[in-house]
Amino acid sequence: MSRLQARFEALKSEGRGGLVTFVTAGDPTFDVSSELLAGLPGAGADIIELGMPFTDPMADGPSIELASGRALAGGQEMSKTLAMVTTFRQVDADTPIVLMGYYNPIYNYGLEEFARDAAGAGVDGLIIVDLPPEEEDEFSVFSKAAGIDIVRLIAPTSTDDRIGTLVENASGFLYYVSVRGITGTRSATADEIAQNVARIRKQTDLPVAVGFGIRTPEQAAEVATVSDAAVVGSAIVEHVAAGLDGNGKPSAGLVSDTLAFVSDLSAAVRNARRDVAP
Amino acid sequence: MTETLNTYRGGPDEDGHFGLFGGRYVAETLMPLLRQVEASYDEAKNDPAFQAEFDDLLKHYVGRPSPLYFASRITEHCGGAKIYFKRDELNHTGAHKINNTLGQVLLARRMGKTRIIAETGAGQHGVATATVCALFGLPCVVYMGAIDIERQAPNVFRMKLLGAEVVPVETGSFTLKDAMNGALRDWVANVDDTFYVIGTVAGPHPYPAMVRDFQCVIGNEAREQIMEAEGRLPDTLVACIGGGSNAMGLFHPFLDDDGIQIVGVEAAGDGIETGRHAASLAAGRPGVLHGNRTYLLQDDDGQIIEAHSISAGLDYPGIGPEHAWLNDIGRVEYESVTDTEALDAFQLCSRLEGIIPALEPSHALAHVLKIAPDLGPDHIIVMNMCGRGDKDVFSAAAALGVSL
Repeated sequence: MSRLQARFEALKSEGRGGLVTFVTAGDPTFDVSSELLAGLPGAGADIIELGMPFTDPMADGPSIELASGRALAGGQEMSKTLAMVTTFRQVDADTPIVLMGYYNPIYNYGLEEFARDAAGAGVDGLIIVDLPPEEEDEFSVFSKAAGIDIVRLIAPTSTDDRIGTLVENASGFLYYVSVRGITGTRSATADEIAQNVARIRKQTDLPVAVGFGIRTPEQAAEVATVSDAAVVGSAIVEHVAAGLDGNGKPSAGLVSDTLAFVSDLSAAVRNARRDVAP
Repeated sequence: MTETLNTYRGGPDEDGHFGLFGGRYVAETLMPLLRQVEASYDEAKNDPAFQAEFDDLLKHYVGRPSPLYFASRITEHCGGAKIYFKRDELNHTGAHKINNTLGQVLLARRMGKTRIIAETGAGQHGVATATVCALFGLPCVVYMGAIDIERQAPNVFRMKLLGAEVVPVETGSFTLKDAMNGALRDWVANVDDTFYVIGTVAGPHPYPAMVRDFQCVIGNEAREQIMEAEGRLPDTLVACIGGGSNAMGLFHPFLDDDGIQIVGVEAAGDGIETGRHAASLAAGRPGVLHGNRTYLLQDDDGQIIEAHSISAGLDYPGIGPEHAWLNDIGRVEYESVTDTEALDAFQLCSRLEGIIPALEPSHALAHVLKIAPDLGPDHIIVMNMCGRGDKDVFSAAAALGVSL
């Protein structure tokens, strides 16, 4: 059983939804980012999404774009992102890591090489924002062979037909983008989310995580009751940004403050009772 | 490598690929919308009424056909080939861009969209979009890099005068690619009522093919006009390339004519060897950006590198995917011209022909000036004069050390 499957099984038996936390690899520096990554499971992250920085993150809002910029300015590269995962895996064998980003850095790395090295580092899944199923074959042949899940995004604009296409060949879990827009901007209502999650569940047994626009522990808890996991990204990344001093250097409290916010999110998600059976 | 095909004009395939290039690399939110645009465009292009409205506006509003002009003094100056200019700078709004914005806005209206967005580099596409939006009373939002806003102030004012909102983009390199990111973000957030008018033969399918089709009026007219003027087709076609829409518009109707040499001219900025340029074919490699696979300027880690050119309209780290394909199969040759060479051509054309060209076609002209002297008097070159230089007088003056 893959780490992702095992984690969703465990969440199910605990009777709760999960917390997926997003941070950008290398933000604000390689060392601080590595420390943050190592602390996420202890703070209550059930699954970690690790952003692969890109110069042109078209589907992301300002918070995550700035995080990408900070990471790249600090010299982050794809090989360093994979090295962070390797280091993380030496102390944590269970928390799934999903890399999220854009296709060009992966394409540039070499498709076969990337699938091999990511699997070797201990990556469990990939979310490639700008790689729809229509364009995916050239890569999925290698990711499948390496045992890495491709996590598909489903949007509010996805019709039932389209959802059918998206869940076909999907694995790991599905990621429902709850708003029309970029990351970290608007929020959808719990009702809208519940309806759309139900629409997706009609066509698949895979777990459904929900993200985009979830900013507070209360929102995370609410979403986790109507889906299998709530994804929080921009709000966490904004804590990282808030921990920088006037010169953009990380302050002493950056990691602990960010992890404290993750703990608040986690506590809220763990306390929320499931009111919808999966 | 060169392969032989029955036609070079048959692309893209049904998923928008030109060989390795093109495609639809976008966030899932946009996929349903792209399919809608594609279906609506397929229907429109086969609807004689749509074509008739487009043609009528091209004639009476844009002022087409644009003349094919024999540039006798530049021909004499070079002392070789006969040089013709396809005068798309005489179009309403001063460039070829309006051929495309007119087509796309007509399509947007047909689809029931009530809000138009666009990206712009030099501002020509923004002005052309704002113009057509004014004509049809549609709200228009134009995304423009903050640096371009500074160097193209006259066009910013024109867009505002035409009723458009100009949104400065202050991310990345503050230029065209970032404006495109801004527009894509707007589109993702406003998919229901908004149509994104892309200004060049790039972006996700169906844009590269659709923009090409709207721009093909340039080459179609040029064919008829050169037959009338010379009784035969030209030997060489030359056009500048940023994203490549003016070039594709001129080239495409000639791709299947054996023996016609076709040359696209990229911006070499300070020189390819300096790394400060916009020549994605000469110095880039295949990658994925803004919805399509094409040649991109990128570093070893696949991060996009900022392009540099004196011409804001060529300042883009990619190139349309059909050009990438035509390059790889060898049907079109791609050359590059530096800022300095373009500025020289800009001045020469002003003095010899009384035509102040935009800095973009000044690149094409600079290449013509290089090749024409070595060709015989029977050799006919058609160059696309795709924009006029009024917008560039401030930046050209600055580059020439003249304070206005």
